[in-house]
Amino acid sequence: MAQRTSGAGVPSGPAPLSGVPVPAMASAGRRDAPEAPDFGILKRLARDQLIYLLEQVRAGSPGPGCRGRGCGGGGVGAGSSRCEPPARLPAAPREEGPVHRGRPDEPPGPHRQRLHTQAARGGQAVQGGDPASPQLLRPFYACEMVLEEEGVFGDVTCDEWSFYLLPLDEDIISMELPEFFRDYFLEGDHRWINSIARALQLLNSLYGPFGRAYGIGRCAKMSFELWRDLEGESEGDGQGRKPEIGNVFLMDRDTDYVTALCSQVVYEGLVDDTFRIKCGSVDFGPDVTSSDKSIKVLLNAQDKVFSQIRNEHFSSVFGFLSQKSRNLQAQYDRRRGMDIKQMKNFVSQELKGLKQEHRLLSLHIGACESIMKKKTKQDFQEMIKAEHSLLEGFDIRESTSFIEEHIDRQVSPIESLRLMCLLSITENGLVPKDYRSLKTQYLQSYGPEHLLTFHNLKRIGLLTEQAAGETLTAVESRVSKLVTDRAAGKITDAFNSLARKSNFRAISKKLGLIPRLDGEYDLKLPRDMAYVFSGAYVPLSCKIIEQVLERRGWQGLEEVVRLLNGHEFSVSDSAAEDSAEAQRVVLAVFLGGCTFSEIAALRFLGKERGCKFIFLTTAITNSARVMEAMTEARA
Amino acid sequence: MSRVRADEEEYWHSSKFRAFTFDDEDDELSQLKESKQAVNSLRDIVDDDDDDLERVSWSGEPVGSISWSIKETASSSTSSLEGRDSILQKGSSSYAAFPKQVSSYSLSSLFKGRNKLPSFQSLSDALSDTGVKNYAPDLRRPKAEYKDYINDWSPKDTVRRMQRGKVCSLERFRSLQDKLVLLDEAVAGHDGNVITAVLIFLKRTLRREILFRELEVRQVALCHLIHFLKETGEQKLLLDLLRFLDRTEEVALSQYREHLNIQDVEKRREFLKGCIGLPFSAEDTSHIQDHYTLLERQIIIETNDRHLETSGESEMFRKYPRKASILNMPLVTTLFYSCFYHYTEAEGTFSSPINLKKTFKIPDKQYVLTALAARAKLRAWNDVDALFTTKNWLGYTKKKAPIGFHRVVEILQRNNAPVQVLQEYVRLVEDVETRLSLATKYKCHDVVIETYKDLKDRIQLTAYKCKVERGSAEEEKINSILNNMQIRWKN
Repeated sequence: MAQRTSGAGVPSGPAPLSGVPVPAMASAGRRDAPEAPDFGILKRLARDQLIYLLEQVRAGSPGPGCRGRGCGGGGVGAGSSRCEPPARLPAAPREEGPVHRGRPDEPPGPHRQRLHTQAARGGQAVQGGDPASPQLLRPFYACEMVLEEEGVFGDVTCDEWSFYLLPLDEDIISMELPEFFRDYFLEGDHRWINSIARALQLLNSLYGPFGRAYGIGRCAKMSFELWRDLEGESEGDGQGRKPEIGNVFLMDRDTDYVTALCSQVVYEGLVDDTFRIKCGSVDFGPDVTSSDKSIKVLLNAQDKVFSQIRNEHFSSVFGFLSQKSRNLQAQYDRRRGMDIKQMKNFVSQELKGLKQEHRLLSLHIGACESIMKKKTKQDFQEMIKAEHSLLEGFDIRESTSFIEEHIDRQVSPIESLRLMCLLSITENGLVPKDYRSLKTQYLQSYGPEHLLTFHNLKRIGLLTEQAAGETLTAVESRVSKLVTDRAAGKITDAFNSLARKSNFRAISKKLGLIPRLDGEYDLKLPRDMAYVFSGAYVPLSCKIIEQVLERRGWQGLEEVVRLLNGHEFSVSDSAAEDSAEAQRVVLAVFLGGCTFSEIAALRFLGKERGCKFIFLTTAITNSARVMEAMTEARA
Repeated sequence: MSRVRADEEEYWHSSKFRAFTFDDEDDELSQLKESKQAVNSLRDIVDDDDDDLERVSWSGEPVGSISWSIKETASSSTSSLEGRDSILQKGSSSYAAFPKQVSSYSLSSLFKGRNKLPSFQSLSDALSDTGVKNYAPDLRRPKAEYKDYINDWSPKDTVRRMQRGKVCSLERFRSLQDKLVLLDEAVAGHDGNVITAVLIFLKRTLRREILFRELEVRQVALCHLIHFLKETGEQKLLLDLLRFLDRTEEVALSQYREHLNIQDVEKRREFLKGCIGLPFSAEDTSHIQDHYTLLERQIIIETNDRHLETSGESEMFRKYPRKASILNMPLVTTLFYSCFYHYTEAEGTFSSPINLKKTFKIPDKQYVLTALAARAKLRAWNDVDALFTTKNWLGYTKKKAPIGFHRVVEILQRNNAPVQVLQEYVRLVEDVETRLSLATKYKCHDVVIETYKDLKDRIQLTAYKCKVERGSAEEEKINSILNNMQIRWKN
């Protein structure tokens, strides 16, 4: 999977990051971007380690049948082209089930259950069917405490499968930690920071040393510090190797919630929003496959059809697909009028490829149809319009009543919530009257227990109520009577900074996130990253990365940084002599998840600037996942 | 590093001894814990000082004891292990001075993480896992022997070791001062797992008031404790903590959250009743009150309707059997249900839509949308009509809606309303363009024709002629309009 297939040549000369933007790019950038490093090694490492661990387990289990599910020996390696994600792993050992019988009568409470599962998700597998006798791999201290309290501590053996990184594609590595988002941003728990630091450490030792590191956000800073700390001890690991990744950029998800909350319109994002891509693969149901069964499809650069449309705006996908099918038809048609020898050649060499392409093409066409069907049913057009108004900040009343109606019609609890959050962030909180009324209607439409959801959203800052203007000014005026004007100004600032503000409008203006419309935006020939949102909005996260890379630091962005609540850093490792090529490879680290739209935007930027972005994320996310992480589950 | 490993591996493969390595990563150590219970029962007999277990010294074992036999095997391995460990610990030479022979059976084992450093390194680990259990009893040793060995990592080193997944005892941090320094170091180390480990220790060794007091000024640690208590389900302690912090709203919400775990409706209703008095914000109190009232109402409706359904008396229920119970559904769903099954009931009954509307102060907009959807589903077009008809003081009737008529059209269309019904509402769509596009889409020819006529758009009207059926009334209408000399066409 991580073979180098992009076919881009090795660039000859050094090229600065801040090159002149190359305008046309539909197919390829004018200057070839460097290739991504080979991440296959990550997979091999993880796989070998897992096999090793499972063999450890097996050594203790007496029964036969140890070679279930292709885990023994070459199974994972030779057979499957990808690693199993951690969440699915337990199935493997469970079959041959080792033999610590626990107490089956013991009902572990739901919370304990969560700890168990958590243990399982963080790169750990729970072994044994019954929860009382799990085999944990890398437990948290808290998990061990639970085991001890339950009196099963000795009956359970623990191993770590230090599986931090799952390469989803040539340029995407996921830590598969969707729970990171809630744990860190809502609960304020730092439990995953160590994992992130270790992931950085591993990448640094395999592909580094990173010459320059940039970042913004509290978690980014902490992870960076912890990584440097760990790095300090294992000096020498990556020494003497040719660095492949020259830059690393860490970003907290809370730096930019807006982008994560927008409806996605690039193909890969739409597929994710509509069908949910899980660990790089998607289940296409009967409505897509136009048969009675579902098909699981791997979506990555190996899929020749998908790799050409994944980053495109949805509107240009149809044209591409129909062109492609015409070509395919033409190639099939060539076989008419062939002589025997030619036919033999055709069958042996081309037919298989054509058939494969045919299969993929029909799948993606089916997917497009299904997306269209679903989207027209949901007045997607109207929703996009409302979203764009929110981003631009006009017709707020109209958008508010659109959201209200959306709630009243019980269209979708997640979508309603998403739109409310988008309204709140772009407007720095809802007017108290609107907040009350939307909240009440939401509770009435989707259930009163969502009171808890609203509380979560308020805490995390996604859906807030504007501080009542009167009270603030009252205090201010009282204060200003006592002190001089200048001091009063400072106090006002202090008041303002009390509430964690999103300041989206000001940032948007500062960075020019809303492209000025001069004529129609040609989505087939995008001119900037805004194409991923139909030309209406340049994703903030990507814009920050672009700006910082261009300036090689945060100089000149002081105002933006202030509006983003700070915690920025820029560190260059003078010792690391990175080659010109590594200089142009950027590892973008998203803490709290990144969306396919952001990936597409940065891929576009990379092509424009002749550099290569690689993505490390705690998980692939989208608006629905962000909202679901905040929702209190119905029991 | 890996070369050392390889040598070691080779050694153990060639040796008849099993490797009992006193290394943090060793798996057999955890197996040792299996004998914990056995050892536990011994404890009372041997001595009662737990803490000293940490200070394990391997010298001067009484020959012939079980532990002595371990020592024999263990000592042969120490040299290579020491070498390996000191490499692992490079950069902090002080570590290497201490043999890592921390007893695996100790309170500290609770805090034992197993983060094997660089992940690939562990691939070459050769661990044995048999024949270890027998060694366990050696952990009980005469008290005096522990005294000469002091494991005193500084708080900072302790945190660093834990971050790297090493065994580390926290028991020696006994003064409050030490505990707090330890906690602050853990927070400064940014590793949540370690912070939680320290908190577990503090929670166990400090009176809760003191713990709470100290956490109040340590927000990061406080978040960790709250999250930990939520996850482990220690609700009582959590509530105490929140009360201590004066976070009354969170106390209320946290208690309210528990209703999600109550399956039995009667019990849930009782529980919600109890929630009403909790210190919510004024706004939320009314939501909680509504939640309670709603469930109470649903229970009444459900009992009634289930009876009606099973007895087969009601035609409605025979014709449209219920798909699910109404219990625990949102208010709007309940309203839809009651508009569907109980539309005509008098306001006095609990299940009538008007009663629901009044009780819960449902806004007009929401009410109309829901009623419309329910009546359209039943194809009760007269009810739909009545929903929008208002009389003014002169007695004229007029169609009015709190929502856009395009929305009404959409809902009707989704329920396959006939063109005659649809047409009436399409005509009421205010925006001309929307009206035209809806009318064209749903083939409401009359509306299209009239709109073009109003717009005086001859070209469009002529073009529309080919969309209607030949010889139909619509065609005739178009023709007559086109022939009307009175109209001053704009084109």
